[in-house]
Amino acid sequence: MSNRKIRVLLAKPGLDGHDRGARVIARCFRDAGFEVIYTGCHQTPEMIAAVALQEDVDVVGLSCLSGAHNYLFPQVAKLLQDKGANDITVIGGGIIPEKDMAGLYEAGIKEIFTPGATLDSLVEWINNNVNPKE
Amino acid sequence: MKELSKKVLEGDIRAASRLIRNLEDQIPNTYIAMQEIFGKTGNAHVVGITGAPGAGKSTLTDELICAYRKKGDTVGVLAVDPTSPFSGGALLGDRIRMLRHAEDTGVFIRSLATRGAMGGISKAVGEAIHVMDVLKKSKIIVETVGVGQQEVDIINHAHTVAVVLVPGMGDEIQALKAGLMEIADIFIINKADRDGAGKLYKETLNMVNMSKDNKNGAQGWRIPVLLVESVLEPIKFAESVEALRDKIDEHYQYLIDNDLLSERMRRKTTAELNEALWGTILQPILKDLHADGEINRLVDKLLTKASDPYSLAAEVASKYMK
Ligand SMILES: Nc1nc2c(ncn2[C@@H]2O[C@H](COP(=O)(O)OP(=O)(O)OP(=O)(O)O)[C@@H](O)[C@H]2O)c(=O)[nH]1
Ligand SMILES: [Mg+2]
Repeated sequence: MSNRKIRVLLAKPGLDGHDRGARVIARCFRDAGFEVIYTGCHQTPEMIAAVALQEDVDVVGLSCLSGAHNYLFPQVAKLLQDKGANDITVIGGGIIPEKDMAGLYEAGIKEIFTPGATLDSLVEWINNNVNPKE
Repeated sequence: MKELSKKVLEGDIRAASRLIRNLEDQIPNTYIAMQEIFGKTGNAHVVGITGAPGAGKSTLTDELICAYRKKGDTVGVLAVDPTSPFSGGALLGDRIRMLRHAEDTGVFIRSLATRGAMGGISKAVGEAIHVMDVLKKSKIIVETVGVGQQEVDIINHAHTVAVVLVPGMGDEIQALKAGLMEIADIFIINKADRDGAGKLYKETLNMVNMSKDNKNGAQGWRIPVLLVESVLEPIKFAESVEALRDKIDEHYQYLIDNDLLSERMRRKTTAELNEALWGTILQPILKDLHADGEINRLVDKLLTKASDPYSLAAEVASKYMK
């Protein structure tokens, strides 16, 4: 059905408090036709997982600049899996060193975007890889 | 679909959210799930929070959740934000003010986009209220989009409507113009730290006292005007929102005691039947007309003045309705 809209939760887990980048992404997603639930900074993985379930999102986009991504990203993915929400696509962005990537993919993060990634490439990735629910 | 309604009735949050989504996306056969659910609805108190963009509706809703949780209520929130007419996407930002409730299982918050509806809420709100109702939420708060002129559809869905006014926007005149006077059961003067809050309070009080022809006046409910303390004073703010909670509940009790609830339920239910008739009768006809290009042929007839909309509508009606 073509009425289906892709729903995205954007969140910044952890302690860093800059969310300008995330706001820009939120607006860009809206302009791409997605429904974006934007929840800002300072969230625990537990909060993010709970919100993702309540909002029935297709994608959870996490951004982290504080360096704690190796704990925070997998934790969100794990909590969603524990709740049987394996079909929610978790992606991440931020300053993520090359050496951490394999571990994050292993933990269930579907794609990692580093600061060089363009907004268009983000939208394109979601359009190509996320099927809104049947 | 039966599977889905069964899960919803068991209290499954994700299933409930999916059902709301199916309603928003107008997935065929979703009504089968709603058939299972409708009979079990009608228990919750539905509270509408409306007012200008940025008036502080979400901030108030967040505190009101606390106030209700303190009293032992469970709370559902439907937070509506506008869909972009250009992209069809939406930035749903109400929830960012309510994050502290994320893990409270007694609170279920769901963001909705208007999807082109003009009345300040979305088409799916009425049904989403039913879903929250069967999840046994005792209070369901609907935050409308920031309203301007005639966006007062909330009146068809809420038992109690609270209208939020803030100083510095010429709101009292605006409120009259926008027909908010007719829908308000309670006025809230918000952002007390701002210049003019006291003045706005007095003006609104005057306005309420002077108007005899508002819907409640005849029935004896005096529309209260509540000055809510500034969010910058958290303790006072919480206290005054508890007073707001009590006022909202007093209104509900008033409706019950004076046999007015059934009147509101009738209005709500009539609106729902209207929607369902529209969806079941008109929508398929429109779909049909669009599918085979007939709609273009009809429009051509109008452009060349070969016919008029009324005759064509009668023609279509006689073809489809026997
Ligand atoms: N000065 C002051 N600002 C407030 C008060 N309450 C809320 N705000 C601020 O007003 C802004 C808008 O608040 P929201 O609660 O998002 O308002 P809203 O009516 O839900 O906004 P929309 O949903 O976008 O229409 C935020 O920056 C709040 O922090 C208050 O009592 N005083
Ligand atoms: Mg809001």
